Amino acid sequence: MSNQAIIDDLTARFGDTLLDIHEPYGMLTFTAPRENIIDVLQYLYNHPAFKFQFLTDIMGINYAELPGNEFAVVYHLHSWTNNVRVRIKVFAPATDPVVPTATGLFAAANWMERETFDFFGIVFRGHPNLTRVLNMEDMDYFPMRKEYPLEDQTRHDKIDAYFGR
Amino acid sequence: MPDTKDIQPDVQLAPVQPKVQVEVGQQLPQYDNELTTLNLGPTHPATHGVFQNILQMDGERIISGVPTIGYIHRAFEKIAEHRPFYQITPLTDRLNYCSSPINNMGWHMTVEKLLGIEVPKRAQYIRVIAMELARIADHLICNGILGVDTGAFTGFLYLFQEREKIYDIYEEICGSRLTTNMGRIGGMERDFNERAEAKLRAFLKDFPAVMKEFEGLFNRNRIFMDRTVDVGPIAADRAISYGFTGPNLRAAGVDYDIRVMNPYSSYEDFEFEIPVGHNGDTYDRFMVRNDEIWQSYRIIEQALAKMPKGPFFADAPEYYLPPKKEVYRSMEALIYHFKIIMGEIDAPVGEVYHPVEGGNGELGFYLISDGGRTPFRLHFRRPCFIYYQAFPEMVVGTTLSDAIVIMSSLNVIAGELDA
Repeated sequence: MSNQAIIDDLTARFGDTLLDIHEPYGMLTFTAPRENIIDVLQYLYNHPAFKFQFLTDIMGINYAELPGNEFAVVYHLHSWTNNVRVRIKVFAPATDPVVPTATGLFAAANWMERETFDFFGIVFRGHPNLTRVLNMEDMDYFPMRKEYPLEDQTRHDKIDAYFGR
Repeated sequence: MPDTKDIQPDVQLAPVQPKVQVEVGQQLPQYDNELTTLNLGPTHPATHGVFQNILQMDGERIISGVPTIGYIHRAFEKIAEHRPFYQITPLTDRLNYCSSPINNMGWHMTVEKLLGIEVPKRAQYIRVIAMELARIADHLICNGILGVDTGAFTGFLYLFQEREKIYDIYEEICGSRLTTNMGRIGGMERDFNERAEAKLRAFLKDFPAVMKEFEGLFNRNRIFMDRTVDVGPIAADRAISYGFTGPNLRAAGVDYDIRVMNPYSSYEDFEFEIPVGHNGDTYDRFMVRNDEIWQSYRIIEQALAKMPKGPFFADAPEYYLPPKKEVYRSMEALIYHFKIIMGEIDAPVGEVYHPVEGGNGELGFYLISDGGRTPFRLHFRRPCFIYYQAFPEMVVGTTLSDAIVIMSSLNVIAGELDA
């Protein structure tokens, strides 16, 4: 089962809606539009040969310098029958950070999506219980966004530029 | 770019119908009795860590459970975005603090994969020994405490002596015991010395007798089996859907092990088996961990016997600290020493996912580098966090005392749960 076979099959099914196909360090990576991300996941899940039936992880990324694509949700899927992993990225703009939920397919997606919401404020439409999971419930910001710096801004003795951060 | 600070996503969106209906828990019958709400935790001695379960009880039966976690959340992913790579190792110590070396090595291997560093065989073998010792220590704690939770303190005391010996070996390898910060990017910080080898051989000599004694106390013990057999079973398909990995998944009968699926650090050189259980109940989890201890023991024996000669670190001057002697003598070593310590090395652009078989399952590191000196984004796939969400489903319908045993056998480590 080569990555090329997977991507050929996927492009035959989804056409050229799948973008940015590449293989960093051997793992097939592509971007799917957020309208049909669930379709892609479902297709890979049900495919008789691929069987991507294990959700390894869901996590968010904040690309602060990509206008219109500020947020990304990354799905890592693993096919145990073929021992192949794929990474699927879905982008969402900061004005509308909403992505459909994958909890219908994988029970594990529940807390993974809650964690992503907790840290990035990405809303998973249709999630049964989208609340914060690790942080306090009355927190009013999303700490993993790039606009929130790590260190106390009132301190002037610690200048990040000295340390190349 | 619009200011994302002003955007508060609307959480109250109308739910859409998912394509496949997922059953969350099971349908609860109507209860006539008055229900009790029980706060199990956050600082309950039987939770072995700081996390809370709000249980609805009908007498002693649990009819629903809501886990509340995050009490020791320390924002490691955020901190990691502001640290050079070598300073992230101490953060990984504190994920699953019962098996820190596995976390350390997993992180080193992730960075090495990003940088394309090939680690010499000797370092890989030392790493295997450290990781397998950590796995033994992790499983010893889990199984020992499972005994305590069923009322048998003796086994725990026997095993803790052996764990102490493992920590003594860590001390010889890296100088510290619990949060080890072991190894370096590119190899090990020091060679495997004679004292470490002597201690390891002494451990290998004494351990089987203690372990056999422990197994003799528990494996066919009537009281222990009554408390654990058919308690908290989870079927293989539910376990896979819930993202179970590691011993908890193998107890359900699925032989998924990263050491075999995606071998790293020369695991393909060793001969070992993957123990599996039948129905994923507490007893199976206990037995799978016991058997894995023996397999880890086998791997350590082989690694020690086959330990290759040669260097214990790779030729990666930009990441591996030069020996101190060199720093005082040579200009180049001094420059690299300074650059590494100050974190002034730019990493290549790339994104890499590297899984290792942690004490509790697939411990993954997803590292995105944008060419800077720190990770652009680092995400830990923490097995505890992912499988603990199945806990309510597993305890509904059981009694409180069973819930304690189930939680104990899942080996939920608060540090890994909360990151």
